[in-house]
Amino acid sequence: MSSRCNLRFLIPGLALLLGGVPSVLAVWPQPQQIRNSAERYSLSARAFLFKHADVSAVRSGCDVLDQAFTRYFTLIFPESGGGGTGDTGAADPFTVEVNVAEGPCDGYPAEGSIENYKLTVSPGQAVLTSVTVWGALRGLESLSQLVEQDDYGAYYINKTEIEDFPRFQFRGLLLDTSRHYLPLQAILKTLDAMAYSKLNVFHWHIVDDPSFPYQSRKYPDLSKKGAYHPFTHIYTQTDVRRVIEHARLRGIRVLAEFDSPGHTQSWGNGQPSLLTPCYRGDVPSGTYGPVNPILDSTYVFMANLLKEVTSVFPDSYIHLGGDEVDFSCWKSNPDIKAFMKKMGFGSDFTKLESFYIPRYVVEVWKWGCYLCEDTVLEIWKGLPEEYQKELSRITKAGHRVLLSAPWYINHISYGQDWRNSYTVQPQNFSGTEEQKKLVIGGEVCMWGEYVDATNLSPRLWPRACAAAERLWSDEVQTSSVDQAFPRLTDFRCRLLRRGIQAEPLYVGHCKNEYQGI
Amino acid sequence: MAAMGALLKFGALLLAAVAACVAWEDGDVWDYDGHKLKDSDFLALWPLPQKVQSSAVSFQLSASRFQFTHAEGSSAGSDCSILQNAFRRYFDYIFGFTKKDRDQRRRNAAGSEVLELQVAITSPDAECDGFPSLTSDESYELSVDQPSAVLKAPKVWGALRGLETFSQLVYEDAYDVIAMTNVLNFSVFPDFPRFAHRGVLLDSSRHYLPLKVILANLEAMAMNKYNVFHWHISDDQSFPYVSRMFPDLSQKGSYHPYTHVYTPADVKMVIEFARMRGIRVIAEFDTPGHTQSWGFGQKDLLTPCYTGSSPSGTYGPVNPILNTTYDFMAGFFKEISTVFPDAYVHLGGDEVDFSCWKSNPDIQKFMDQQGFGKDYSKLESFYIQRLLDIVSSTDKGYMVWQEVFDNGVKLKMDTLIHVWKGNEAQYQAEMARVTGAGYRTLLSTPWYLNRISYGQDWRDAYKADPCNFTGTDAQKKLVIGGEACLWGEYVDASNLTPRLWPRASAVAERLWSDQGVRDISDAYVRLVQHRCRMVERGIPAEPLFTGYCRHEYSGV
Repeated sequence: MSSRCNLRFLIPGLALLLGGVPSVLAVWPQPQQIRNSAERYSLSARAFLFKHADVSAVRSGCDVLDQAFTRYFTLIFPESGGGGTGDTGAADPFTVEVNVAEGPCDGYPAEGSIENYKLTVSPGQAVLTSVTVWGALRGLESLSQLVEQDDYGAYYINKTEIEDFPRFQFRGLLLDTSRHYLPLQAILKTLDAMAYSKLNVFHWHIVDDPSFPYQSRKYPDLSKKGAYHPFTHIYTQTDVRRVIEHARLRGIRVLAEFDSPGHTQSWGNGQPSLLTPCYRGDVPSGTYGPVNPILDSTYVFMANLLKEVTSVFPDSYIHLGGDEVDFSCWKSNPDIKAFMKKMGFGSDFTKLESFYIPRYVVEVWKWGCYLCEDTVLEIWKGLPEEYQKELSRITKAGHRVLLSAPWYINHISYGQDWRNSYTVQPQNFSGTEEQKKLVIGGEVCMWGEYVDATNLSPRLWPRACAAAERLWSDEVQTSSVDQAFPRLTDFRCRLLRRGIQAEPLYVGHCKNEYQGI
Repeated sequence: MAAMGALLKFGALLLAAVAACVAWEDGDVWDYDGHKLKDSDFLALWPLPQKVQSSAVSFQLSASRFQFTHAEGSSAGSDCSILQNAFRRYFDYIFGFTKKDRDQRRRNAAGSEVLELQVAITSPDAECDGFPSLTSDESYELSVDQPSAVLKAPKVWGALRGLETFSQLVYEDAYDVIAMTNVLNFSVFPDFPRFAHRGVLLDSSRHYLPLKVILANLEAMAMNKYNVFHWHISDDQSFPYVSRMFPDLSQKGSYHPYTHVYTPADVKMVIEFARMRGIRVIAEFDTPGHTQSWGFGQKDLLTPCYTGSSPSGTYGPVNPILNTTYDFMAGFFKEISTVFPDAYVHLGGDEVDFSCWKSNPDIQKFMDQQGFGKDYSKLESFYIQRLLDIVSSTDKGYMVWQEVFDNGVKLKMDTLIHVWKGNEAQYQAEMARVTGAGYRTLLSTPWYLNRISYGQDWRDAYKADPCNFTGTDAQKKLVIGGEACLWGEYVDASNLTPRLWPRASAVAERLWSDQGVRDISDAYVRLVQHRCRMVERGIPAEPLFTGYCRHEYSGV
């Protein structure tokens, strides 16, 4: 595609050669094992069928797979106009047989969900086997990426064998809906593109200082007074359910973050006395700081809110934030100072912060919640040397850890910065094998200071794909960023074809350019 | 309240406001450091007119009653398609969100309502059927009163600018769900552009840009009072322009001969769409470098490069030693001169790589014959000189990138020199040199908006000024303006519009408004609102910082 065209201008005549090479390597992220040959089979929307294997533990009626069949049929045959999972009426259809070893399929993807799959494409059929429906979803994605269209518009697939599994179980993407409100459609589209890149955790940084768009059942004033607009810039319970279901059908967990005690300015509008009043000298200045950790009412509120949140969000993890707490307001407040003295904290405000966090976690715990039995720490700060040290330190202490520091892709620069994301080595730090195993994955973060619905998609894609491959694929096989370039260029065109507004890596073109503005 | 950033939130406040056209609940506008800005009693006009007076009075507009009319005595009437189209366009912008007639629910206590905007073209020739040019008069005066507002302009071009300003004076006094009235402030000012040439460059060669994207950006340009679309239509990577005379150029040199080309009808549509908005279309056909894609469809046009004594199979710049080259250029630019009505053509002339010329024995021989020695810039000048003569014979003026001037090519005095290279000190020195030699010039160096970085880089674009160089007043007068450039290496339809807007708006204000308009925190608050206005009008202009627009972009 685009890369071919670039080359064409460098070396006239090479285009023909390259045009003949089947681009079967263009599965993104790169499967752990893939063997393919030049042998290809033509496909037709009129003779193509998904079916459950006779021995499969999952049959029709499994909505995760039924809907995936519909979805992938349209993705494989974009000109078919969509609908249907193939025509059983054809005499000899190409059959994709899906064999899932274990149910259920009405559950949610979770930590530890097995995403392994095997895919064999041979004459007249493809066989996809997996342990869970989540693995089947990953396999369907790979299958759909194996299908190509020749110059005459005919579809074909090459003889292929894939055995695949993710390198890391946690492959996340963070969106920030507080600094800018993201319309539901933008979130759903992002989930689609995540599935195309085999990312499996949507980290929803739903509230923060600037706005509180989550419409709480128990505390409706939080969004009524804390959102940018109480009707147009909020997520209703229906919206949230829709996001969770859309994600579930794509094997994606939704991890909600309710960051406190800092980053909570917007909470204060709808919840009086939740935040610490800051003082100037002896009088309240009228501004507010972090959550007030010395009032019992705080913990009652937090417990209620988190009880609601844990019932709304089915994932067993809630992200509790806890970053960047500014102590200056606490320091200014005489009641806090008195409390510090009483507790014997001296002037060490980190002790106050440490007092707050476990206490409200415990409050939540009392309600029989799903909150993390063991805390996963996320590393988001620093340069490679720094985060490598941090990885080493945290894993040495036996904590599991997630890496985000190199993947703050809201930070943009001129040129191909995806290359930096791609060359990250999450387990490259000094530590034992056991320590390295404690790295459970990583997360691409798109913080919202400069991002809203107008520019989110092209800023995310295909830049996030670089991290997606790093988190899924074998590091040795995918060590060359130059080899990744033509594959990612190709994959980006595929994303465009699927309606994802993915920006170009470099000069060139796609057969089907983006059709919006 | 953490509602910062964008829009107006007020109900009763509106009528009592003194000289305030925009009231901010709690003054909640944040600057880039996250500090709240206060007391924002200004109009969110962008670019800022030369002079604004606003009074305490505000008026209502009603979608069911408001009309645009041709004033009595105007030299333009209902047969002026530029104005007729503009009336429809601005009616949509003004009442886009209030088409349903909800305005009866509340009437201003004073009952003051603007029922019409009378548009008067005051000179005998309104130029309704003409094309905008470098010397077009874009000035206008606008006075808003009830029941009639009056827009006066010597030409339609000024009327277009005035309509944009008028539409920016209107705002929704929302948040009061019952009375979604449009209200307008009373203002009078004569307005005119500081610079005559205010351009945006788009590159449709590195990536093909679908027509829709080009048209949408012409819309956005009009919202920012830009008046030149510099169409960098061809380059090394592809040749999407479908030439009538040389169809092989795009047939063989475009990314795809049917889906990735601009047909004559497409080009015509772009030119007419631009004309309707008072925007000139200046095509650039860059030679002798940046021409790899031309070679596919035009045999022998490019110089064959050599490895040792045999051709290497690769090609360099246009071959300047063959008569066929000049025959081709004469035919080609003759066509261009009829397809593109603007009086100027941009001839490029930048970044010529001499290595291929150096490798070619025929070129070396020619150099010897001409007595050029080893100075290949002389060969380049030789080519450019002949090209300029060819283009002159088509009665077109030309623009060139600064290298052509730097290399000492003899240029007609009406040549426009386009400065794009160097750091601040270097481009300022170049501006001084070019104007010192008596040439008119325009600046792009600080406005390469394809270069992105994290955060609010519009501020740097805003601070740059084309007249910041050491020179006499006469020299400064030779600065005709500037262009924001969005080169296409990393940009296509998927990301062009949010990357360009509102960053190009910063440049637009620098080029339109008075030199003294430099207050960046004032600019920030106005630009936040202006970008929401663009979003509401369907342009996915990206945010400046944390905040929101009342009507978010819905085109996801």
